[in-house]
Amino acid sequence: MKKMRVLSILVKNNAGTLTRVAGLFARRGYNIDTLTVSATKDHRFSKITLTAELDDIMLGQLMSQTAKLQEVVSIEELFDHNSVLREILLVKVAVTHECRSKLIEIANVYKGVVVDLSRESMIIELTGKPQKIDAFINVIDNFNIVNFCRTGVTAVQRG
Amino acid sequence: MKLTGAEIIIKTLLDEGVDTIFGYPGGTVIDIYNALYDYQDQIRHIRPSHEQGGVHAADGYARSTGKTGVCIATSGPGATNTITGIATAFMDSIPLVCITGNVASHLIGKDAFQEIDIYGVTMSVTKHNFMVSDVAELQDTIRNAFSIANSGRKAPVLIDIQKNVMQSMYEYEPKPSLPLAENPEFEKSEIEKLADYINKADKPIIYAGGGINSSNASTELRELMNKANIPAVNTIMTIGVLGPLDQLNLGMVGMHGKNSSNLAIENSDLVIALGTRFSDRVALNTNHFAPDAKIIQVDIDASEMNKNVIVDYAVVGDVKEVLTELLPLIDANKRQAWLEQIAELQKDDYQAPCCDKQIKPHQLISYVVNQLGEDLIVVTDVGQHQMWTAQCCARTKPRTFLTSGGLGTMGFGFGAAIGAKVGNPDKPVVLFTGDGSFTMNMNELKTAVDFNVKTTTIILNNHTLGMVRQWQNLLYNKRFSQTDINHSFDYVKLAEAFGAKGYSCKTVDEFKAAFADSQKQDGPVIIEVLIDQDELVLPMIPAGGTVEDIIME
Repeated sequence: MKKMRVLSILVKNNAGTLTRVAGLFARRGYNIDTLTVSATKDHRFSKITLTAELDDIMLGQLMSQTAKLQEVVSIEELFDHNSVLREILLVKVAVTHECRSKLIEIANVYKGVVVDLSRESMIIELTGKPQKIDAFINVIDNFNIVNFCRTGVTAVQRG
Repeated sequence: MKLTGAEIIIKTLLDEGVDTIFGYPGGTVIDIYNALYDYQDQIRHIRPSHEQGGVHAADGYARSTGKTGVCIATSGPGATNTITGIATAFMDSIPLVCITGNVASHLIGKDAFQEIDIYGVTMSVTKHNFMVSDVAELQDTIRNAFSIANSGRKAPVLIDIQKNVMQSMYEYEPKPSLPLAENPEFEKSEIEKLADYINKADKPIIYAGGGINSSNASTELRELMNKANIPAVNTIMTIGVLGPLDQLNLGMVGMHGKNSSNLAIENSDLVIALGTRFSDRVALNTNHFAPDAKIIQVDIDASEMNKNVIVDYAVVGDVKEVLTELLPLIDANKRQAWLEQIAELQKDDYQAPCCDKQIKPHQLISYVVNQLGEDLIVVTDVGQHQMWTAQCCARTKPRTFLTSGGLGTMGFGFGAAIGAKVGNPDKPVVLFTGDGSFTMNMNELKTAVDFNVKTTTIILNNHTLGMVRQWQNLLYNKRFSQTDINHSFDYVKLAEAFGAKGYSCKTVDEFKAAFADSQKQDGPVIIEVLIDQDELVLPMIPAGGTVEDIIME
């Protein structure tokens, strides 16, 4: 059965490494849902965190295919129960005088922060697990969302 | 000592034991050739007619010798011409190091003359590739490329070097080859589990693939077969590893394999897959592959596990190392009932028809291989002739059958034959090809003449693209769209124009006479043999089918 998987890939920090990983996914027919790349403590390496909908067989294939790349140091699956998964949402909503306070009230419940406010719109920033971001977007769906942007998941194992 | 980058390239290749290069000069590699000028007594350089032929030659050299094939091409079109060759080697896990020049660093990304991003283009057809823009990295990059190409599952590696790097000076001291990466480790308990599957099986069958060749494990494979009376089937990549002298070898499996080989898989209770990847030309219908069997697999590449067929148990490791550990744990077993059942199946195998006058492909191929003995290196192109040759070339030694198995590259043969002969000057090399495949890269006949590479090319001319025509015949209601080749092509004149000797034969007697004469020649020869357009490769299981769909006539 397919489900959302979070993969954490430690790679050598060389030009073209991201292309290799993304290209591998593409040519093996796997669709990446989110992808983030960041520096690590050791400047020689970068961390790619990506999410994709995969079943167990696809996951095994993808992990072993990725591990074959010369520039991949390690690849592991991260789970909700043993990792902190976070994503940032920036959502711009067109607001009127009447609905502004209602939206702020909802954002407060989700610990969202208003980072920009004008007469016609506001931008809310929200950090949380992907499920929390999904839930927030769902709740404010009946407001006039102009656009939003999500960073994709970044994650670190607990303990 | 300080050397130019170009000299460092040549010196490092020599340090890696390279004595043969297949390459084509050009603007961005002119410095490499300038450096090579001083080392002509240590490195034999073969210049093909086209870079694709050069890579196929390096590939044929690697397949037949077990060494790493090395090729050089210039930037832009020179580099893009190598792609089919590199992809061919990649699909069959052949170690190559391909060096391409690129424009100088200050022109990179400016769409300069003959600039192409060959680094980006070849990412998906190499195991790894490098772009070198700093001469300080050059020596170690080349050493690393040889190590990567030969570690684990072998494959091509490309190094793209910018022109100014070749002209820059840098410190060079000879360094030994880098050690190969360690093979995957496996536990004793994993081997015990494999042994348990095998010892408990009543009707096991070994399905042996090209990994046996790469790992040089043919002796261990035979020991396993003989110790426990386990029959085996071979893929096209394992021809020569297992041959007609191995009584327990049933022969080739798959689309054009023997009926009995396919039925043995179908009737087995355990498939032992060794160094093989369940390709769609063997596991034609993955849902119906060995339906009543457990499947166990050994492969050096973890990503081959559960890729095409879901297996019951797998060990990731070098097949020679695994078999060496496994052998003492295997119980001797007569397996009389199973072997008798297989013997029954073999009675119904397809027999190719024979004829005294008209040339039949099987008869012709058998005649040639019988004449030239077990050291003969047989090379093929791709199509019907490839399958006929695979079915009856009767190779008994590894690395004596060279074919493009995975990519199925028409035009592979001539270059590969040249590479095989260059790497094995004392062994006869025969290329069996078709009229379609031959004309794809026949320009390499010029290379064979130029460098006096004595190859025998036998063109089975049916005036059609035979394998496609066969599918049109059997599966597309005889709608022969664009397959027949109706030109009157004079192969004898063609050979003469290139400076080679050519023959054309219509009958068995003509062929025998031509062949006898051809073997007295000092240079390359081509022999055109006219065969019937409606000859089929049989048996045949259509793509996606099962052994029940087999076509025998």
